[in-house]
Amino acid sequence: MTRRELLLAGVGLAAGCAKGNTRRITGSFVGASYEIGHLLRGGNIPPSSREEQVPVVIVGGGVAGLSAGWKLARDGFENFQILELESEVGGNARSGQNGVSAYPWGAHYVPLPGKHAVHVRELFKELGVIIGESENGEPIYKDEFLCFDPQERLYLNGRWQDGLIPSVGTTHQDHDDFERFRDIVEGYRRRGEFTIPMEFSTRNPDLMRLDSMSIRDFLEEHNVNSPALHWYVNYACRDDYGCNYADVSAWAGIHYFASRDIDETTVLTWPEGNGWIVKRLREKLAPHIRTGSLVFHVAQNGVDVYDVREKVSTNIRAEHVIFASPTYLAKRIVENPPSVDEFQYAPWLVANLTLERLPEQRAGVPLAWDNVIYASESLGYVVATHQSLRTYQPETVLTYYYPLTGSSPAADRQRLLETDWQTWVDFILADLSKPHPEIRNIVQNVDIMRWGHAMIRPRPGFIWSEARQKLTKPFGKIHFAHSDLSGFSIFEEAQYRGVVAAERVLKRL
Amino acid sequence: MVYALLISVFVIASCGLVYELIAGTLASYLLGDSVMYFSTIIGTYLFAMGVGSYLSRFIGKSLVARFIRIELMVGIVGGSSAAVLFLVFAYLESFKLILYAQVVVVGILVGLEIPLLLRILKDKLQFKDLVSQVLTFDYLGALAVSLLFPLILAPRLGLVRTCFFFGILNVVVAIWATFLFRDQLPRVYSLRTQCAVLLIALAAGFAYGERLTTFAEENLYADEIIFAKSSAYQRIVLTRWKDDIRLFLNSHLQFSSNDEYRYHEALVHPGMQALQSPRRILILGGGDGLALREILKYPSVDSVTLVDLDPEMTRLFAGNELLRKLNADSLHSPKLKIVNADAFVWLNQTADVFDFAVVDFPDPTNYALGKLYTTAFYQTLQRHLNQHGSAAIQATSPLYARQSYWCIVRTVESVGLHAAPYHVYVPSFGEWGYVIASKTPYLPPAVSVPGLKFLSTPVLMGLFEFPPDMSRIDTEINRLNNQVLVRYYESEWQQVSQ
Repeated sequence: MTRRELLLAGVGLAAGCAKGNTRRITGSFVGASYEIGHLLRGGNIPPSSREEQVPVVIVGGGVAGLSAGWKLARDGFENFQILELESEVGGNARSGQNGVSAYPWGAHYVPLPGKHAVHVRELFKELGVIIGESENGEPIYKDEFLCFDPQERLYLNGRWQDGLIPSVGTTHQDHDDFERFRDIVEGYRRRGEFTIPMEFSTRNPDLMRLDSMSIRDFLEEHNVNSPALHWYVNYACRDDYGCNYADVSAWAGIHYFASRDIDETTVLTWPEGNGWIVKRLREKLAPHIRTGSLVFHVAQNGVDVYDVREKVSTNIRAEHVIFASPTYLAKRIVENPPSVDEFQYAPWLVANLTLERLPEQRAGVPLAWDNVIYASESLGYVVATHQSLRTYQPETVLTYYYPLTGSSPAADRQRLLETDWQTWVDFILADLSKPHPEIRNIVQNVDIMRWGHAMIRPRPGFIWSEARQKLTKPFGKIHFAHSDLSGFSIFEEAQYRGVVAAERVLKRL
Repeated sequence: MVYALLISVFVIASCGLVYELIAGTLASYLLGDSVMYFSTIIGTYLFAMGVGSYLSRFIGKSLVARFIRIELMVGIVGGSSAAVLFLVFAYLESFKLILYAQVVVVGILVGLEIPLLLRILKDKLQFKDLVSQVLTFDYLGALAVSLLFPLILAPRLGLVRTCFFFGILNVVVAIWATFLFRDQLPRVYSLRTQCAVLLIALAAGFAYGERLTTFAEENLYADEIIFAKSSAYQRIVLTRWKDDIRLFLNSHLQFSSNDEYRYHEALVHPGMQALQSPRRILILGGGDGLALREILKYPSVDSVTLVDLDPEMTRLFAGNELLRKLNADSLHSPKLKIVNADAFVWLNQTADVFDFAVVDFPDPTNYALGKLYTTAFYQTLQRHLNQHGSAAIQATSPLYARQSYWCIVRTVESVGLHAAPYHVYVPSFGEWGYVIASKTPYLPPAVSVPGLKFLSTPVLMGLFEFPPDMSRIDTEINRLNNQVLVRYYESEWQQVSQ
């Protein structure tokens, strides 16, 4: 080797190193058929040229629609169809899969169902999630579906701490305020005034008045001022409701904490999140499901549906229609629609990041299922491989959740849809690089789902509004069924609304 | 000039001896039987030096250039010899061949050095002074290195880096010679470039030789490392001190060859002896083949499935002569099927049912390993045992990690299996605990397997007695969603290490 060659080799080596730093991250926007959805607005849909008769039509194949179908089939009624716009059912509980793992695109867990959530318990028995009963009648769950330990951790002051309640570097005042808040919530909980499904909650005027203020005002009114507590409650609101706590009804905010056993933090989860439940329901209901079906007109006597693949529209005559799509769509497709202007929605971004290896273990507790970064705009990430039984699992998929709560829902929605993929990737990686400085070097792929109307916003006044309560009752032969009708988007509410609609239909057929 | 060359004699003499010492030391570390290897290596080396001296007569012209080239060759072959030997050690059959080939090549090259130097110096000194001074420095160099090597070099630098270090010295002598004899050398720059390239290569070896058996790592282990490799899953390290070979996975001791028979006899026979002609056996973990060695002592066994995550482990213990002696070649048994898979996932998927299972996983040091000690795992295990089947589970120390041990026992019981806890003293581990998990109540059997070194019927009966300092205590049940065992284990072993 000559000196020249040696020098050249050195240059090559340096170039190799430089190249290593600018590795390409693949990925794209996925899901939600905005183009198809926009057909509705454009008015480019051909009028129906075919006719069909189906006694019961379910519009929308999310958890509410699938649950309505599940209930009908369970009671022996098979003459129904579920019409779903997207190429697959599941709605917010949809999931994806790559070579590393299955992963959620939205809803990713169900808390252990309480005694009011009878339909959830029933479904879980059927799916083998509940495998028995203890001596005192409490359900026994299949171990593999309970979230493995460690469940949650929080990145605060440069280290990961166990659980989401800030503890590192907090003051006596923080501690006292948490105690006080706990006492308030525990009082409501013990009296059983807040339930899941929310329909069974006490209709006590004093409690219903909580709906008129925000949960933030409620905290201030009770002189609970700890910044750590405010962060925690705000986090909970953004996590479950997609809203800043200043925009969340105090009734909904307290419901979040008081409707469950405060010490029972265990949840049921699967690698693909609630997509696991969707897959099971899809298997059971396969003959009833029609995907790629855009319902563009809903009347008392049936619906008109456009087949996205065949580009043909069909009029389906039905005795009953279960409207299990997001409620705001009623304005566009239901004949003589009820008022749905009160229904407002939060936009979300969900990203799935494929990692070639787990993030490095730094200060504090090890990787958990739910990993939250204190004071971040995002909600942190959930690890899809957490429920894997493997002892050795270097690759993983992280599901990153980001509700856009910066300004008004409309402005946030516009920002969500107009920002390009690369900018979102940079935003996500900048956020994750706080606890994981090496994140850029271990991410291989980032797929992003943009949910323009991800979930209903339980803003002050909405929960006990006339507009919401009216739609929980039949609208002629149209039965609304969606978690929107409960005022917040959780699995149990969606399932409840679907099952209740199915029960009503069954009674009237 | 004369003194400069005499210093060179001192240096190359020390280099020559060091390669011989390293070859001998490495061979006896890696292969044992130090008398045999030291003796044959010294003999071969001296003979090769003789061959070198004889061959020196065929070198006529350009003595200095030849001398420099020889120095460079000694530097690279000798300097890298320890690293090469470590790298090929896993494949033992070629190991001895390469060892002796190195000794011969280095011996011949070193044998050429002194005669050539004598001839280079012959016009500068009278013959009697020449012989006296060169030989004096030669022997002084040998003395220096024979003292430095065991006292400072081997313990401080380790064998691999010591070897590279002396390779560098050889090259430095060569470089020095290019300056001393620059007038007599044609194309001196070309020679110097070669020197520089080799110097860089050896320096890199010296710097990265740490990766092979790191300096830090050698401090971590009491004994000399004879094999170290990072597989896709873990760091595998073998150490040796006299006849004691130890295996470490991620720096956790797995066995010591001096007392592993206690551990493995106790792991296998109390369970196996209680069964009537067990035929189908499952081993989870245990890629070292040692539990398998005990299993194969039962003629009734006609198939064994061994599930170990790491193919590197089973390959090492099936391939290396030394380790094959230890596991009695069990990994080559025709009854054996090796599956390199994640045990829990594999067990969930397989349809096979077994008469006896050996569950020999690493201790629950983290949440990933903790899953292998949960109700979910034991339920799965239960499904794969036949109606009279049982499993022997290694369950950490009931003395140092009492709560962890009894937590495993309680967890086994909680899924409806009978648990028979027992313990044994293994000197390298201390007091160690196991559980037999069985579908029907377990009764300690008589020991009838011949040739055991530790277990006998009365010894076996005694294993089930727990003295008060490690008797049963109350614990929670270890589940996937609480992983209490990992928490117990962490706090208990932390106390032990303080």
